[in-house]
Amino acid sequence: MSAAATMVERPPPRARGWPRRRIAGYALVCLWILFGIGIVSYLVLAWNPEFFAKYAPAYLSGLGVTLALVSISMVLGAILSVPVAYGRMSKNRILSGLAYCYVYFFRGTPLLVQTYLVYYGLGSFRVELQSVGLWDFFKDAFNCGVFAFALNTAAYQAEILRGAIESVPRGQWEGAASLGLHKLQTLRKIILPQALIVALRPYGNELILMVKASAIVAIITVYDLMGNAKLAFANSFDIQAYIWVALVYLVMVEILRHGVEWIERRITVHLKR
Amino acid sequence: MPAQSIWTLLSWGPEGWLDDIAYGALITIALALATLPIGLTIGFFIALAKQSEEPSLRLAANIYTTVFRGLPELVTLFLFFFGMPILLQHLVRYFRPDTTIDVNSFVAGMIVLALIFSSYASEVFLSAFRAIPKGQYEGGYAIGLSNWLTMRKVIVPQLLRIAFPGLENCWLSLLKDTSLVSVVGLAETLRNASIAARVTKHAFLFFGVASLVFLGLAVLSSFATSAILRSLGRREAQR
Repeated sequence: MSAAATMVERPPPRARGWPRRRIAGYALVCLWILFGIGIVSYLVLAWNPEFFAKYAPAYLSGLGVTLALVSISMVLGAILSVPVAYGRMSKNRILSGLAYCYVYFFRGTPLLVQTYLVYYGLGSFRVELQSVGLWDFFKDAFNCGVFAFALNTAAYQAEILRGAIESVPRGQWEGAASLGLHKLQTLRKIILPQALIVALRPYGNELILMVKASAIVAIITVYDLMGNAKLAFANSFDIQAYIWVALVYLVMVEILRHGVEWIERRITVHLKR
Repeated sequence: MPAQSIWTLLSWGPEGWLDDIAYGALITIALALATLPIGLTIGFFIALAKQSEEPSLRLAANIYTTVFRGLPELVTLFLFFFGMPILLQHLVRYFRPDTTIDVNSFVAGMIVLALIFSSYASEVFLSAFRAIPKGQYEGGYAIGLSNWLTMRKVIVPQLLRIAFPGLENCWLSLLKDTSLVSVVGLAETLRNASIAARVTKHAFLFFGVASLVFLGLAVLSSFATSAILRSLGRREAQR
């Protein structure tokens, strides 16, 4: 049946040649490659063992500070977000109003302003804070950063949590109630496992946003990754201080992004058909 | 130092600081509004490139968004603000060796914010592109519209309506990101508030006012966007 085989309709040949969009695409990719080569060759040409020996340990400790700041404030924010999310979903007018105002304030103002408000602003209440014994805590820029970041991320995480819990259909609650589970059990065993799958991606995005936003604590004199880069630049006027730090941040964000995607693939295996 | 009351500090004029903060708020708005059209345009073309059939175009667009969404805004700003003069100086030195170049902080902020805004907006545009069925393009071609006309008359009006809520979010984060430009010395809301705080030692008051300004801008833009949304919806109903 060789005749039938030759009758099979072939897909049309792929368009070759150089249409305009291919020229544009190649040109842009070449531009990126040139840009990359430019950065790498600059870093090679400007390679300065002295600079490296002096600042690489500082960068490393800065990385530690950044990671500590982000993880502590993420965890504190997660804890704080539970009551806020509860307030947002509650039927009590006052509770939900308060939670709404909290979320609106922290999502509506820049994180930099909030950080200033904590770090410089609380200094206005020094006497009062001293009398309560909290001044020692707020004297330290790192603590202020953690405080502001935790409050900020709590607002975002509360919205994520609320959205995820509300994305679970009502029938799930009703089904659990008809089985005789009480509310807390329903939440823990039925709702949260389904909600967290929905929430994983936004949580991952929030984590990435926090890593990126953590650079601003450098402005309130915390020596995190960015703070050390600022210091290195101020001492050496060498732009590679910022290029290195940019590369570190980029790598960190990419690792997180791919990590979240990997986890999402793993935990949604049972949902794929 | 005579104890000044809060109301003198917040008055309009040489004694008070309200005029400075209001001027700063104007700069904030101007910066955000100046960034918006550039960012939207770049974001639109990036989204076009991302959904193109040409792999090299997709690759180039993906590198763009990966870089500008992966870098902290502050790092991008500093890289640009400090790096660009050095780069330009090297280039200009071939022609006129004795010029010095300074990057205006407004322009630097505008460019950096546009880069960041466009990379986020491109994702919004991309998902809007994916929400438009292929039949819309085919219908456009079937009645003899050119590529460009199909895009302008058929796709873009629907695209804007779908992308609008996402773009609103991008706009709000742009508005908040303008505060970062205060770090490189642009006299916008936060910068003026922190000058006032430093001079008067009423830090909590002035940073509180600055945060209220940003909140007010957010409320204002939510009014504006709901008005725009209503007019978009009305246009849809007329068809």
